[in-house]
Amino acid sequence: MSAVIYVPVDSAALALGADEVASAIVEEAAKRNIPVKLVRNGSRGMFWLEPMVEVQTTEGRMAYGPVSAGDVQGLFDTGFEHGGRHDLCLGLTEELYYLEKQERLTFARVGITDPLSLDDYLGHEGYSGLKNAIAFPSQRIVEEVTESGLRGRGGAAFPTGIKWNTVLNARADQKYVVCNADEGDSGTFADRMLMEGDPYALIEGMTIAALAVGATQGYIYVRSEYPHAIATLNRAIPIARNAGYLGHDILGSGKQFDLEVRKAAGAYVCGEETAMLESLEGRRGIVRAKPPLPALSGLFGKPTAINNVISLATVPVILARGAQFYRDYGMGRSRGTLPFQLAGNIRQGGLIEKAFGVTLREILYDFGGGSASGRPIKAVQVGGPLGSYLPESQWDIAMDYEEYSAIWAVLGHGGIVVHDDMADLARLARYAMDFCAIESCGKCTPCRIGSVRGVEVMDKIIADQERAKQVALLHDLCETMLNGSMCAMGGMTPYPVLSALKHFPRDFGMDDAGDRHA
Amino acid sequence: MEESDESIATLIAAHRQGPGALLPVLHAIQDEIGYIPADSVKEIAKALNLSSAEVHGVITFYHYFRSEPSASPRVEICCAESCQSMGSEKLLAHAKSVCDVHPVYCLGLCAASPAAMIDGKPYARLTPDKFDRILEKIAS
Ligand SMILES: Cc1cc2nc3c(=O)[nH]c(=O)nc-3n(C[C@H](O)[C@H](O)[C@H](O)COP(=O)(O)O)c2cc1C
Ligand code: SF4
Ligand code: FES
Repeated sequence: MSAVIYVPVDSAALALGADEVASAIVEEAAKRNIPVKLVRNGSRGMFWLEPMVEVQTTEGRMAYGPVSAGDVQGLFDTGFEHGGRHDLCLGLTEELYYLEKQERLTFARVGITDPLSLDDYLGHEGYSGLKNAIAFPSQRIVEEVTESGLRGRGGAAFPTGIKWNTVLNARADQKYVVCNADEGDSGTFADRMLMEGDPYALIEGMTIAALAVGATQGYIYVRSEYPHAIATLNRAIPIARNAGYLGHDILGSGKQFDLEVRKAAGAYVCGEETAMLESLEGRRGIVRAKPPLPALSGLFGKPTAINNVISLATVPVILARGAQFYRDYGMGRSRGTLPFQLAGNIRQGGLIEKAFGVTLREILYDFGGGSASGRPIKAVQVGGPLGSYLPESQWDIAMDYEEYSAIWAVLGHGGIVVHDDMADLARLARYAMDFCAIESCGKCTPCRIGSVRGVEVMDKIIADQERAKQVALLHDLCETMLNGSMCAMGGMTPYPVLSALKHFPRDFGMDDAGDRHA
Repeated sequence: MEESDESIATLIAAHRQGPGALLPVLHAIQDEIGYIPADSVKEIAKALNLSSAEVHGVITFYHYFRSEPSASPRVEICCAESCQSMGSEKLLAHAKSVCDVHPVYCLGLCAASPAAMIDGKPYARLTPDKFDRILEKIAS
């Protein structure tokens, strides 16, 4: 019997040499006349161990990592293809603390299956959600999702079932489901990992969404920075279609739904849902005024359900196991799990899917193992480039939408970026303004002009020109952006800026009370 | 130029169908030719029933589209927060001293920062040394 060896195709694993490792394994096995079945799986999401190679043993999958092509000979010398003890051996994958302590619902299959194998998908509970959904009337699917407590994972945390209900009740000859896979937030990669590692979960989730709202066509808007995700989806969609999971007669129900992947073009603001619609319609990504809600008048003026990749990919497990199963995870009004993405200056960065309620400190130290540099962690930005910086005094607060909003922070899409004590928060605040200036769609003045002014003000603060006056100006500017912007681009840039100023005044040359530092 | 004129016409014809076809058409051209030649704008506009100004406006709005060929190899270095926290500024400065560099904002490789994309291939946990070795390998 062939030895079964797994080498991830996830693009972060590829970026660390996974293809070279895979070729070396095939070559070395051939040289030694060892029959090997090589599976290219998604990533388990422990990136400090990538490329992480796994082999099937009688006790389960044994992990080795990080493996480089140069290690492969030595691995075969110790008989790793049967679970041999090499220095790089990490033990059984399932028993690794990082994975064992997670609650993987949305990411249940990622890293385990061959992403493009429909048989693998079906063998791991795939399409059981759709099978249930197809027997339900639309209203019942919407209720199930509402009951589960699922809220949008793209950032705004709006209840998914309520949004779907609006689309369902809209009367129109054509409706759409659009998946927001623009994943522009720096420090995030959950959408990418899911699309590369379990594309059928997204396809199934979108199909269920279509049945729920009465849509027949879907689009997946994927950022151009993700060529591997685009390629994987473009291979998975025809496979699903040929097997009757998409197309004119889904699972013989007579219901129709099909999908198309659309490549974005590198504008952060196109992650904002109405700018994304403009882009899909072939125009510049300028934010639309709301109302009308996209749920009523969205793509090409038709009712459109727009959801993030993770929101949609979570729907199958809800329909498979029931709303109650999902809502049993989490706390307060934050039900279920959030795939946190731990990045930046951290020893063990990766994907950590946990029920809401976990604390940042647990993520940083129990999972992350502290900073990569070995220096003290100083500030942590949660929720992407528009999220606040959190000082240590806030690391014990439960990660829950409401608890975070009470401290003027956001969970957003679940990105966590760690900075050690070498970080200069004034420079990071300047960067936040600069990013807004680069990416502003230009529609409203507070964002377009405010961000440019913000950079100038930050430059003066950093250069110690009339600091106290500039800091007052910065406050005013942020106030205008907060209140006068049409979307969260301008409206939330003040979060990183003002949280940095509030918690790290010394970096701005102010003393802790906010006065000018001597 | 003739050859590329012909292929542009073919690409437009292949992607003009369907609603909202402008981005797919532009992507097809850039994927094939490496950029969107200025003299193709009129043709694209005509085929999609748009004005040249509209097409031009779209090309210039999106960071990804370019009207001129890119340097080879095309080097994109992530300058966003996670990569900053792991020394992307040093990497960027070094890269700029040896080649043309385009800043990008997150490649989704943040747990292995700093990251870059070179000719469409992802690289992570980069150092100036590792960067040089990659460029050498590409050149050889
Ligand atoms: C500037 C800006 C960028 C955004 N980028 C994204 C993104 O990359 N992905 C995403 O899913 N949502 C993004 N959003 C949120 C979307 O507008 C929208 O709320 C979301 O796609 C809805 O899906 P959900 O309810 O499933 O979260 C962004 C919003 C703003 C204001
Ligand atoms: S806040 Fe900025 S990005 Fe949003 S609509 Fe206004 S100008 Fe455009
Ligand atoms: S911040 Fe650099 S890859 Fe995400």
